Amino acid sequence: MLAFNFFGATEGGLFDINATLPLMAIQVVALTYILNSLFFKPVGKVVEKREKFVSNNIIEAKNKLSEVKKLEADLLTQLQSARTEAQRIVSEAENESDKLYKEALELANNEANASKEKARLEIESQTSAARDQLSKQADDLSELIVNRLILEK
Amino acid sequence: MLTNFAALEVGQHLYWQIGNIRLHGQVFLTSWILLGALLVFISLGTKKMENDPKGLQNLLEFLWDYIRDLARTQIGEKVYRDWMPFIGTLFLFVFVSNWGGALIPWRLIKLPSGELGAPTADINTTIALALLVSLSYFYAGLSNKGWRYFEYYVHPTPIMLPFKILEDFTKPLSLSFRLFGNILADELVVGVLVFLVPLILPIPVMFLGLFTSAIQALIFATLAAYYIGEAVEEHH
Repeated sequence: MLAFNFFGATEGGLFDINATLPLMAIQVVALTYILNSLFFKPVGKVVEKREKFVSNNIIEAKNKLSEVKKLEADLLTQLQSARTEAQRIVSEAENESDKLYKEALELANNEANASKEKARLEIESQTSAARDQLSKQADDLSELIVNRLILEK
Repeated sequence: MLTNFAALEVGQHLYWQIGNIRLHGQVFLTSWILLGALLVFISLGTKKMENDPKGLQNLLEFLWDYIRDLARTQIGEKVYRDWMPFIGTLFLFVFVSNWGGALIPWRLIKLPSGELGAPTADINTTIALALLVSLSYFYAGLSNKGWRYFEYYVHPTPIMLPFKILEDFTKPLSLSFRLFGNILADELVVGVLVFLVPLILPIPVMFLGLFTSAIQALIFATLAAYYIGEAVEEHH
């Protein structure tokens, strides 16, 4: 085999290549299989299981977060519509009450006007009646006075 | 005596003779000790796997994640799963060998010949790793794309053909010699410094050695993943 004599070694030397080479290769191949079943497979299983667990949890959390955001937006729009609805109802009620108030006011005004007018008419008619009666009485009185004066003469 | 303590027994090995074949015993001894420690560490960490990681499991999961990122960025989303154990094993093997070689005072254990040290400081180990990488990227390319894998050699122009063929030889060569050279050089520098100035001075070099060791493990695994990724990449 290849055997350079280095540093005066009687046999072997630095580059003494012999059956150590193939045996070492076999040993390394065997070590590969041993380490695969003892180290790489079990550790890989645990690590990858955990990685899967973590990534699943992250995905789940993200889904939940987006769901929460959607629900939040939903609630917000609901709240918004409820608010506008409430506003609408309030303004409607205000309008209604305003209208009712105006109606009532008008009605009362009309009634008051009507009764005022009626009273005025009554007063007028009573005044004219009184005046008629007064003038009639004056006529009677004047006739009486005239009659007395004529009779006395 | 002094020259013996110099511990520069470069190129000396503890030979094991099995039938006709000869092995570098010190490489296997250290690799068995280090890989045994690694396997004990890993089985302790994965004994009770929980969804909420505690203690060792945390460390192992960090390591797993690190290796997955390495494999995924170099090989690509589609097939990185198939190659992650291989890339991870290369990384762990090289890292544990380098650091084990640098951190454990192997020299205190006397061997009849040669000395214990990082398994990656032996050319056999690094060539074995590099050839495995070569086989892997060929296999990855052929199993993913079939014969269309060889389009890679004439991509983007047929002029690239000789260079791409040359690359198939330079890849394992550079992989193995980079690792071998770095780790051996680190061991030698520390050895020489310890021999010359046994106090304090070698410590920064030892730290530098730890840094180099970690970087070499990362480079080896990254390049292996890159070669595989290059082989499975679809050209359009």
